[in-house]
Amino acid sequence: MKILVAVKRVVDYAVKVRVRPDGRGVETANVKMSMNPFCEIAVEEALRLREAGVAAEVVAATVGPAQSADTLRTALAMGADRAVHVLHDPDPARPLLPLAVAKILRAVALQEKPGLVILGKQAIDDDCNQTGQMLAGLLKWPQGTFASKVTLDTEKQKATVEREVDGGIETICLDLPAVITTDLRLNQPRYATLPNIMKAKSKVIKKVAAEDLGVDIRSDMEVIEVNEPPKRKAGVILSCVDELLDKLKNEARVL
Amino acid sequence: MAAMLVGALRRGSGCRGGLRLIAHSLRRFVSTLVVAEHEGGFVKPSSLSALAAAEAIAKDNKVSVLLGGSGPALHKAADHAACSHPLVSEVLVADSEALAHPLAEPWAELLRSVQQKGGYSHVIASSTSFGKNLLPRAAALLDVSPVTDVTAVKEPHVFVRPIYAGNALCTVKYTGEGPCMMSIRSTSFSPATEAMSETKVAPITQVDLSFLSEGKSTWVNLTSQDTERPDLANAPVVVTGGRGLKSAENFKLLEQLAEKLGAAVGATRAAVDAGYVPNDLQVGQTGKIVAPDLYMAFGVSGAIQHLAGMRDSKVIVAVNKDADAPIFQVADYGLVADLFEVLDELLKKIPEKK
Repeated sequence: MKILVAVKRVVDYAVKVRVRPDGRGVETANVKMSMNPFCEIAVEEALRLREAGVAAEVVAATVGPAQSADTLRTALAMGADRAVHVLHDPDPARPLLPLAVAKILRAVALQEKPGLVILGKQAIDDDCNQTGQMLAGLLKWPQGTFASKVTLDTEKQKATVEREVDGGIETICLDLPAVITTDLRLNQPRYATLPNIMKAKSKVIKKVAAEDLGVDIRSDMEVIEVNEPPKRKAGVILSCVDELLDKLKNEARVL
Repeated sequence: MAAMLVGALRRGSGCRGGLRLIAHSLRRFVSTLVVAEHEGGFVKPSSLSALAAAEAIAKDNKVSVLLGGSGPALHKAADHAACSHPLVSEVLVADSEALAHPLAEPWAELLRSVQQKGGYSHVIASSTSFGKNLLPRAAALLDVSPVTDVTAVKEPHVFVRPIYAGNALCTVKYTGEGPCMMSIRSTSFSPATEAMSETKVAPITQVDLSFLSEGKSTWVNLTSQDTERPDLANAPVVVTGGRGLKSAENFKLLEQLAEKLGAAVGATRAAVDAGYVPNDLQVGQTGKIVAPDLYMAFGVSGAIQHLAGMRDSKVIVAVNKDADAPIFQVADYGLVADLFEVLDELLKKIPEKK
């Protein structure tokens, strides 16, 4: 079985984003970019399934500008076998929406014919949490979102997924092929070792233009403005618990 | 009315000018489908917030509420939904064993079918794990782009939503021709509290479910934590512990404090990863988004990802030994002290909950 993993290049999670003065987006020039943390977990899970012997090949895919190849190199260095890069240059006023990404990934999935597609639960830049669900809908495959444990039964062609829901952990069983999105608890991603980073340079990244996939990339969402959230007024540092209780009772009136 | 417009839209599809004209006129008619969740025979508070969001879209909105499931609890919840908000004009009940559990596959088919019959201009769900699981799949089936986690409605098709873990607010305008599908952040829309007139009860309609196909997924079970604490997403007071608590045993001190305050207990990722508490207590970009009246953070450093989940709280109290911890930048009241000493003192001085 083949596993397809979608990865995304985002502003590094430790970066404090700054909104551009013109209100058209956030600063991305000269800002550290990395693989989306949830996508790292997706790559790690695909590799673990391969190491457990239930998958034969791991293919990493991304949609984005030329620099997104760096993210694919990271996935290859972690151990993915090869990669597909769908080239698309972004327009800040008309962002590439999850629906368009899902359509592109659908085209890639129909070409690659994976038994399982794994994506991160959400990208930490747009915080959409949509792409995996949309991909599953377009393919008419079952979905296991927010997964914290995945067990594959290749004989029965089923995946058992434990998922994180508001009230606890829910267990579902999916017929393969299926789409899974990863939550934080699924695993701890490995670091790429230097020898693997070197080996990754010779692995194949197939480049595809988005237009060649015959996918309609219209954007139904127009970004009107991006601004900073309202600032909280500065707080005070108190000296003892009595003072805290007094403030909460008499000033803030929440006790 | 909406059905007639949809029919006209279909007849006009061969003529581009006609399509544009009809689509424009369709846009003026605001009707909303709210996908509601229910439990124990009552509509969940997060879905009541979705009704408040529907009112924010248009004061004269015509709202249909969609409920799915099976058994007596479903019909009791339908009665609750019928009188839950003045704008509710109809309650749609989908009674089927296939919908008894929140599987996205049958639910998305239901949503597509109801939308195609009802022709709603807007479809709203709450940003719960159910809403986030279902809405994008249904949107893909309808070939529209949904908007996630809306926090404000400026115009019927202009919305504000947080990006970059809430460190930026993005105002987007939906320009598509299909229905505008959105999940709303429950903490940004307060359910109406005015007493409902007893005479206003919406009609309840059964949904025809003949379209449902054989499932490719099955529900196995749900493991949940039994707790008497209020629900984290809705509690007026939240007490959160981080890595500084150091053990699951110490988290019991937090639970005692929560008991006294009538509060819910939250946690940071570090506390969940360390195994002190289950993952559904996590507050942050990845966990629950909360906005209580009072948020108390003990041993929490205040990472960007955690702030994403609680920055909108009315009053924030932080207790940390590190005076440079980022949490103090958003805290209204801070104590630079050993959290165990503070907890002991708080437990002594706060009276028992009445």
